[in-house]
Amino acid sequence: MIKYIFRRLIGLIPLLLGITIITFAVIHLAPGKPTDMETQFNPKVSMEARERMMTLYGLDKPIHIQYKDWLIRLLHLDFGISFVDSRPVMKKILERIPVTLGISLASIILILLIGIPIGVSSAVREGGFYDRSMTVFVFIGFAIPTFWLSLILMDLIGVRWGILPVSGIKSLEFEQFGFFEKIFDIARHLVLPVFVSAFGGLAGISRYMRSNMTNVLKQDYIRTARAKGLREKDVIYKHGLKNALLPVVTILGLSVPGLIGGSVIFESIFSIPGMGRLFYESVMTRDYPVIMGVLVIGASLTLLGNLLADVSYAAVDPRIKYE
Amino acid sequence: MKIKAVFTKTVFLFFILLLLGFRPDYGDSIVVGSIGEPRTFIPILASDSASGAICGLVYNGLVKYDKDLKLVGDLAEDWDVSEDGLEIIFHLRKDVRWHDGELFTARDVEFTYQSLIDPDVPTPYSGDFKMVEQFEVIDDHTARVIYKEPFSPGLSSWGMNIMPRHLLEGEDLINTKFSRDPIGTGAYKFKVWKTGERVELVSNHDYFEGRPYINRYIYRIIPDQATLFLELRAEGVDYISLTPLQASRQTTTRFFNENFQKFNFPSFGYTYMGYNLKDPRFQDIRVRQAINYAVDKQEIIRGVLLGLGRASTGPFIPESWAYNKDVKPLEHDPDKARSLLAEAGWKDKDGDGILEKDGMKFSFTIITNQGNEQRKMTIEIMQRRLKEVGIDVKIKIIEWSVFVSEFINKRRFDAVLLGWGLGQDPDMYDIWHSSKTKEGEFNFVSYSNSEIDKLLLDGRQTFDQEKRAKIYHRIHEILYKEQPYLFLYVPDSLPIIHKRFKGIEVGAAGIGHNFIKWNVPKNEQRYIR
Repeated sequence: MIKYIFRRLIGLIPLLLGITIITFAVIHLAPGKPTDMETQFNPKVSMEARERMMTLYGLDKPIHIQYKDWLIRLLHLDFGISFVDSRPVMKKILERIPVTLGISLASIILILLIGIPIGVSSAVREGGFYDRSMTVFVFIGFAIPTFWLSLILMDLIGVRWGILPVSGIKSLEFEQFGFFEKIFDIARHLVLPVFVSAFGGLAGISRYMRSNMTNVLKQDYIRTARAKGLREKDVIYKHGLKNALLPVVTILGLSVPGLIGGSVIFESIFSIPGMGRLFYESVMTRDYPVIMGVLVIGASLTLLGNLLADVSYAAVDPRIKYE
Repeated sequence: MKIKAVFTKTVFLFFILLLLGFRPDYGDSIVVGSIGEPRTFIPILASDSASGAICGLVYNGLVKYDKDLKLVGDLAEDWDVSEDGLEIIFHLRKDVRWHDGELFTARDVEFTYQSLIDPDVPTPYSGDFKMVEQFEVIDDHTARVIYKEPFSPGLSSWGMNIMPRHLLEGEDLINTKFSRDPIGTGAYKFKVWKTGERVELVSNHDYFEGRPYINRYIYRIIPDQATLFLELRAEGVDYISLTPLQASRQTTTRFFNENFQKFNFPSFGYTYMGYNLKDPRFQDIRVRQAINYAVDKQEIIRGVLLGLGRASTGPFIPESWAYNKDVKPLEHDPDKARSLLAEAGWKDKDGDGILEKDGMKFSFTIITNQGNEQRKMTIEIMQRRLKEVGIDVKIKIIEWSVFVSEFINKRRFDAVLLGWGLGQDPDMYDIWHSSKTKEGEFNFVSYSNSEIDKLLLDGRQTFDQEKRAKIYHRIHEILYKEQPYLFLYVPDSLPIIHKRFKGIEVGAAGIGHNFIKWNVPKNEQRYIR
């Protein structure tokens, strides 16, 4: 097993390298330069000043040299300096991760807590009224545009009823609060965002769960369990659910990159300073170092997530073994 | 006799009460909501409006514009310009301290100037300072600037925010921590910047123009227009800029009338259609004038800005001294347009409604950049009006950086719809002078007029505002007559501010000029600590 993991990790290196080459090339080939945004169409900015900025950012060198420089820095775990505000890319990313990670974790937990029971109970009542109404319910969540639902909820709950704050993650008086007030304040701010993102994600897990469960329930060992005279509860939760949960492990492994990826629309609407917004803003300003930093971290996590899914699969399912 | 004494006393008492009652209260916070996030608080590197707004409160320049857009002293008490216009001597205030207690001196000005011309500092503002031949510190509170040639916009360029030498000398301006933790001389001191959330400033009790009444200035970053508006309704922000739609339709409810005050005044910018004057069709002045008659500007203002703007006749701030109020926008007159076109040889021979000349149909494409709905709608309205006089218009919308690099810079367009933002100084040498037509320069319509060239130069070399005004009035007149641009409209600025803020004064410069005088009466204050 350890040998297997080691081999896979070695295999990731050329893959990651390939990903960085392609993304680096694509980003630099896209029209527009980082200096455009600041200087273009400002009559006060001379041609010379623009060229000076290009040299400063190293953008006047050929692209393969730029890539080489970038790669050498990366080997020292240095993602470079942002063009926009001259802060280290790593710092910019690290200060965004906690918020996004927190919201993603909260919403994944919520999705599991609600999605799995919905899936299981639908599978048990397959084809019935309950099953069909649950299907409609989770698909409504899937189909509703996030921005629309968010705005409606903000208008109703935040503006009209004034129960929860409209946007942001902290109140303006946050610093004066005591410890528990602070926690309560953040929690209040996170209710709507977590709810909205969980509602959209319910469909995935609950439908997976439902289809796994219906499959499992048709298996011979379930019939055997029933024939043994076990209680229906034991049949479903001990024999059925355990087996039906196996593929969910894979899905969780695959959702690792999403945990820190965040979402632009959602973070912009709730004005949450997360990763999605950082990425979007850096694309709009052609802030190459930040774009590359986010992409490398994202790619690494995706690859690691895949590996994790495979490994944990072997751990929970004795039928699977890696040599 | 006695009655008179009582009367005098009463009047006196009343007067005292009046004075006491009218003295504004200190306290409260203002929460400004905005879409943009600042980038840096190093003023000479800040080129976006969010950074500029904060820098403007934290720092001062040597000079500033007052509410009527007249240049007045800020850190400089006074200044003298020599007869030949080559030399400016600034007499600086002696009572100014940086937020950390150090005394402000002419050395700070010198340091700021040197940073501006330092080739290793990527500042977008070096242009005006390149005209300086020599900068001299005469004593701690006097500085002399010598120019290579008389350069009147140079004076206003000293409105550039001055940075503290004692904190920045020897620092790498690009990587310094100072850019997120600035120390200035301004009315507000920097407190905290939470990236993606807010910037917080607190009032400077020792400010040289007096302590500002509002204690805290909080700049909240809310990247979504719709959320920003919902926050306004939830009173989570006190001050935002409205869109024309929000201003004319969505903020007319009782809630808004009771809790908010709205302002509108012309913004510092205008929208225009620029012709490619290399195109023979547009070289004929009659054609350009005909298009000016054919396009109904009021209709565009009604449709695109919902009436919240005014017709533009020239490239100056409408309320400024440079703007020539005698230049009136032409009436919409399609008949006149038709006859001018006919005079220029454009006739509809085959009866399809489109004019021809020498076998060529009058059909051209207006390009504009993606992501600006107002510009797109403007072209659509113009398209219909031009059709009426027999000109066929096509529309092309292009992503910004491609738009600039491939179309504007390479002159590959018939006509282009764009807007210019305006600085307070009316100098527009870079936009109209016939020498500024190289790739990447700003006279991309290729306008050339020797009288304008001369006037632009005169305008730069004249310091007396009245004489300068005459020059710019003449430029304004010629440009409107010659129509190298079809001047369309000046949109209004549409700020909305919570009603508890008093003392807001609208001037030609907008409302920000007397911010330190804004105040909230004690009983209405919301953020009390």
